[in-house]
Amino acid sequence: MTRFITSSFSHLILFIGILIMVVPVWMIFASSTHTSSMINMNGLQMFLGDSFYENYLRVLLYQGGFFKEITALKMFFNSFIMATGVAILSVVTSLMAAYALVYYRIKHATLLFWIIFITILVPLELRIFPTYSVMAELNLVNSYFGLIVPISASAIATLFFRQFYKTVPDELLESAKLDGANTWRFFVDFLIPLSKTMIVAMLIFMFVFGYNQYLWPLLVTTSEQYWTVVMGLKMMSGSIVHRFAFVMMSMVPPILIIIVLQKHFIKGVFQDK
Amino acid sequence: MSFLDLKNVTKIYPNGTKAVHETSLSVDEGEFMVFVGPSGCGKSTLLRMVAGLEDITEGDINLDGKLMNEVDPSERDVAMVFQNYALYPHMNVYNNLAYGLKNRGIDKQTIEQKVNDAAKLLQISDYLQRKPSMLSGGQRQRVAMGRAIVRNPKIFLFDEPLSNLDAKLRIQMRLEIKKLQQKVGVTSIFVTHDQVEAMTLADRLAVINNGIIEQLGTPIEIYDNPKSLFVAGFIGSPQMNFLDGNLKNKTLSAEGFEIKDINSDHEGEVTLGIRPEHLSQTENGLINLKVDLVEQLGSDNLVYGQLKDKKDFCYRCPGNQTIEKNSNLSLNIDNNKYYIFDKSTGKRVN
Ligand SMILES: Nc1ncnc2c1ncn2[C@@H]1O[C@H](COP(=O)(O)OP(=O)(O)OP(=O)(O)O)[C@@H](O)[C@H]1O
Ligand SMILES: [Mg+2]
Repeated sequence: MTRFITSSFSHLILFIGILIMVVPVWMIFASSTHTSSMINMNGLQMFLGDSFYENYLRVLLYQGGFFKEITALKMFFNSFIMATGVAILSVVTSLMAAYALVYYRIKHATLLFWIIFITILVPLELRIFPTYSVMAELNLVNSYFGLIVPISASAIATLFFRQFYKTVPDELLESAKLDGANTWRFFVDFLIPLSKTMIVAMLIFMFVFGYNQYLWPLLVTTSEQYWTVVMGLKMMSGSIVHRFAFVMMSMVPPILIIIVLQKHFIKGVFQDK
Repeated sequence: MSFLDLKNVTKIYPNGTKAVHETSLSVDEGEFMVFVGPSGCGKSTLLRMVAGLEDITEGDINLDGKLMNEVDPSERDVAMVFQNYALYPHMNVYNNLAYGLKNRGIDKQTIEQKVNDAAKLLQISDYLQRKPSMLSGGQRQRVAMGRAIVRNPKIFLFDEPLSNLDAKLRIQMRLEIKKLQQKVGVTSIFVTHDQVEAMTLADRLAVINNGIIEQLGTPIEIYDNPKSLFVAGFIGSPQMNFLDGNLKNKTLSAEGFEIKDINSDHEGEVTLGIRPEHLSQTENGLINLKVDLVEQLGSDNLVYGQLKDKKDFCYRCPGNQTIEKNSNLSLNIDNNKYYIFDKSTGKRVN
């Protein structure tokens, strides 16, 4: 009986937690399916209305921004390019950096690693103006390249991959060498498959990181053509239901990425066991 | 020049450890060579230099007439079985075996043929689709062997491959390795610290101590004719008995007995070595043993006791003899089968 009570109690707490997290999101979603006048008169709604298609289509295709040059659809496209670019580029560079640090005979590899590591202590905001002026010199303002590259060096991902490589037994490398594998083959045939789970986790992490960038895109883009979703959220004007719809849609890509990649993530974990 | 030739090979690790000292050794084609010695004596280091996994500090290694010093391990055409097997955890057994062949650009059909042949030889055909984590220790061992065999390398290198198996399986795999090697006929070097394994597997045996080959020879040569105190103590089980003595005018005096007409002109402090199995009971024998403990192995009895001067001593007799605890035995040495070593240098003098 006491067990029943404690377990009911913990369930109750969990349930309350879920409510606290889900209800606001649901209210915004429900409200975004009504008309503006409905919301303005009656406040936020708990139940679905019938203006879903109308509101969402309008938000996606409306030419917004100061100069009415960009649609939400284009913003999603930009954000997707940027987030994917950051995710792939940072994972690839971190994998390779960690490989070099662990497996090549580099003098002072540990020192080098710690120098890379302390960049974690230097937030993007701190180096944003020098970085900007470099990009400006290189004429990379208002380009995807400029959006992606400067924020794609990830010390955290390098740290994770390095620590993982260090746990890979030396015999595996030696065995592979004797089997005729060169350094490149060892990287591709061994380290990448062995760190698959971690790669997927890092891809998710870096995708969300790239997607959520605000200050850097704001600085490095002057043309509305390169606006991202997160910038759009800030700049948004228009009726309340359209803003709600945009907020709802802005949550979709990160969630989608997690759902799609999580399958591989879990599969990877179980296969290695 | 023989198939594998080591000439004055020395290894000094970057931290200054001198693991191998000016070692020279030749291995003939098809020969089964065993490196045996205590932990840390440099066996693995020597083997890894042959594989190319460690740089050679000084000296030359020739394999099949080619100088190997600067040749990359991937180009040496050697195969190695590691103590922990080092199977590729993310590949199934088939791909574990096939990987080395793929890297050599061999076509798919030939690979399949070779892998299947090797799998059949090692009786692992049923597990080809499994990952290494789904295999037992013995099966993993076979896969590791298969990975070596399938490439048909110039030389097999084994670094204590049996030490992770339980006693029974170890004996079984030992036999299989020997049979397999005879069947395939590949030159092999096998590293172990287990002298029984060494004796049973080897065509020739190198007893290594402190980075030096103390003695090289067939197992029987080394057992019958150890050249140093170290070799005498290392080879043979139970261990040889050692007694202090003094040699003068071809007469050895030890605590409680003398041996005359010794075939040596050496004089001075010596160590007398007698194997437990080279003794038999007689009336008025040389050695008097007070029995402390008898281990009955069935075929043999191992009798442990003390001599007059409280020195521990072991005697091995056939299992059909009954020996009482606390009894006194009188023992003679069979056919002059004793060994005399200089006490300071450890060199054999008789
Ligand atoms: N990478 C290394 N750096 C420095 N010293 C090393 C290194 N590897 C081995 N040694 C030292 O070299 C000596 C020989 O080592 P080795 O591994 O060859 O011994 P071993 O005979 O194989 O012993 P075991 O039976 O325990 O495997 C040891 O004293 C060891 O401490
Ligand atoms: Mg070793």
